[in-house]
Amino acid sequence: MYDFLTGPMLWVTFLVSFGGLLVRAVMYVRGLHWQLDRVAYRPNMKYGMRGGLRSILAFIIPFKARLWRVRPGFTIIFFAFHIGLLVTPIFLEAHNVMLSKAFGFSLPTLPTMVADVLAWTCLVGGLFMVLRRIAFPEVRIITTFYDYLLIVITVMPFITGLIARYEMGDYNFWLMAHIISGEIWLLCLPFTKLSHAVLFFMSRMQLGMDYGIKRGGMKGSDMAW
Amino acid sequence: MPEGILCNKTPINTDEQLKLTLSDKGGKQYYEEMNHLEVDSDKLWGAIQKTMKSRTKTWLEICAHCGLCAESCFLYQVNGRVPEQVPSYKIQSTLGVIVKKKGKVDNAFMQMCMETAWSKCTCCNRCGMYCPHGIDMGVMFGYLRGLLYSQGFVPWELKIGSGMHRVYRAQMDVTTEDWVDTCEWMAEETEEEWPGLEIPIDKEDADIMYTCNAREPKHYPEDVAEAAILFHVAGENWTVPSEGWEQTSLSMFAGDWECCKDNVQNVYDAIERLRPKRAIGTECGHAHRATVIEGPYWTGRPDGQPPVPYIHYVEWLAEALRTGKLKIDPTKRIKEPVTLQDSCNYVRNQGLKDVTREILSYIVEPGYFVEMAPAKEHNYCCGGGGGFNGIGIYRPQRNMALRKKMEQIIDTGCKLVIAPCHNCWDAIRDLEEEYEIGIRWSFLKPLVIKMLDVPEHLLPKDE
Repeated sequence: MYDFLTGPMLWVTFLVSFGGLLVRAVMYVRGLHWQLDRVAYRPNMKYGMRGGLRSILAFIIPFKARLWRVRPGFTIIFFAFHIGLLVTPIFLEAHNVMLSKAFGFSLPTLPTMVADVLAWTCLVGGLFMVLRRIAFPEVRIITTFYDYLLIVITVMPFITGLIARYEMGDYNFWLMAHIISGEIWLLCLPFTKLSHAVLFFMSRMQLGMDYGIKRGGMKGSDMAW
Repeated sequence: MPEGILCNKTPINTDEQLKLTLSDKGGKQYYEEMNHLEVDSDKLWGAIQKTMKSRTKTWLEICAHCGLCAESCFLYQVNGRVPEQVPSYKIQSTLGVIVKKKGKVDNAFMQMCMETAWSKCTCCNRCGMYCPHGIDMGVMFGYLRGLLYSQGFVPWELKIGSGMHRVYRAQMDVTTEDWVDTCEWMAEETEEEWPGLEIPIDKEDADIMYTCNAREPKHYPEDVAEAAILFHVAGENWTVPSEGWEQTSLSMFAGDWECCKDNVQNVYDAIERLRPKRAIGTECGHAHRATVIEGPYWTGRPDGQPPVPYIHYVEWLAEALRTGKLKIDPTKRIKEPVTLQDSCNYVRNQGLKDVTREILSYIVEPGYFVEMAPAKEHNYCCGGGGGFNGIGIYRPQRNMALRKKMEQIIDTGCKLVIAPCHNCWDAIRDLEEEYEIGIRWSFLKPLVIKMLDVPEHLLPKDE
């Protein structure tokens, strides 16, 4: 079972997940339409790229966009959640041991303490996401069952991973659960809203190009996001 | 009854139909007929499949339902922060549902969409600046308006407005003759005070072709005269086209894209006929957006640019003051607290935030200009944008929408508001009428004329 999940299944998962995300990114660009979008992408590429990069940077750097500054509490939790989500699995020691076994190389690894803190941050962040969906009417009205399901899918690998890491209960069971939930999460990436992992960049880039080309960029006036 | 006599899927293309629809006071019969209008689901879904590309599709799909757009929307803020005013909710519950149901929606649903698209969104594009995913719900509501218009679900005034553009190529029934007469009349009237002043019509190869908003010749022709005075004093070589002079676009508010294209093409044709070095549009926000920012795309110009550089009035005025073509008498500068209304349509949509402030640096005594909070690209809509000002059945909602601007103005402590946009100007006039907070408002032209330092040779000679 373990061998299957970390062998062929993992390969399939990676292929579907990363391949799928790549397909989505390509499809996105192919589906842009200068006239319907009303953005002259090609002739003004330089202005567009500049606007697009400004737009992406404003939203991936904490407190850069005005949005992040007017909502400091949310911003901290939001970034902590996403950083934990991305950094922990990539730089976790246990994952890199597997990587080393399979390919003979590994990435720098996180000290256990840091990995623990990051994993817990994710859990707390996820909990916060759920609570604010329930607590705030402006979020509640747009929240659907699907939104909760995606949060569950996202934090499940962290819950199972932490249980396994603290060796609570049957280690092997929780290890399997961890691997399966991780693979489910990866498989969901291209097919669900989790595709924002790449589509965030595409959408932000597009709107940034819009601003960089016709909404001020060519007038020499950078928008303060 | 699938389609009514007044309320139907056919745009107004004839003078008779226009007059007939106009004679239906307040749209009583029109809205009654709307209750029986059938939705052509196949056509609706067909249009979506043809026109909904990556951008809108992705926006609808990846909205994380985080609610961060809520606070960005002034309509959410002034309407007691009810969740129904959250931008994400507004678009998901309308366009989102139409897409999900592949166009299979009923009359009642379309009427709800109409109310949402025209009374709960002014397409100010502010939410797009606050969505982490870069989802611009103003753009999507523009798209939804197009779908609704094609199915006949459009407010009565905008059906008429778009019909006006189709029949007269102006938002009001100003014909070519009316326009030319008005220019000649204004030139005559003004010439007494400004000897040598002309309003040259159809002059070829001029430096500037000036275009305006049909309301100016129709309701306040002095605005045309004021533009003429300033061009005269600045010594500009300018002209107005007899045809293609009107740059507004109620059809853009209505979502009548075919008509938008026709109108902009009419202006571009004038440019090509008269070959000016550049074009200048009047103090109007949406007219600028229609003719300069979106127009090139409607008419299929791949570089996204009008045929010649086409600038907003504030850009010309800043340039004229900067280069000394127009001089301000320092003793006549504004010496009272004054604030500025940033028009969404040229600030958030074309970055013209600094030139307006540059103008103020010439005409306001230092220390008297007070910024609204927030300002520039983060400023709020005047409350009447996107056609909201003109739609009778949504007047109560519009009056509520004015409250945000009212609060912003009151917070500045200013009694004078400069609004270089017809729509903002109207909204601020209406908010004073509605709430009586004791303010005055003005376009730039009359203010600047009053404080000009006019060269001796341009003044009338004493007899």
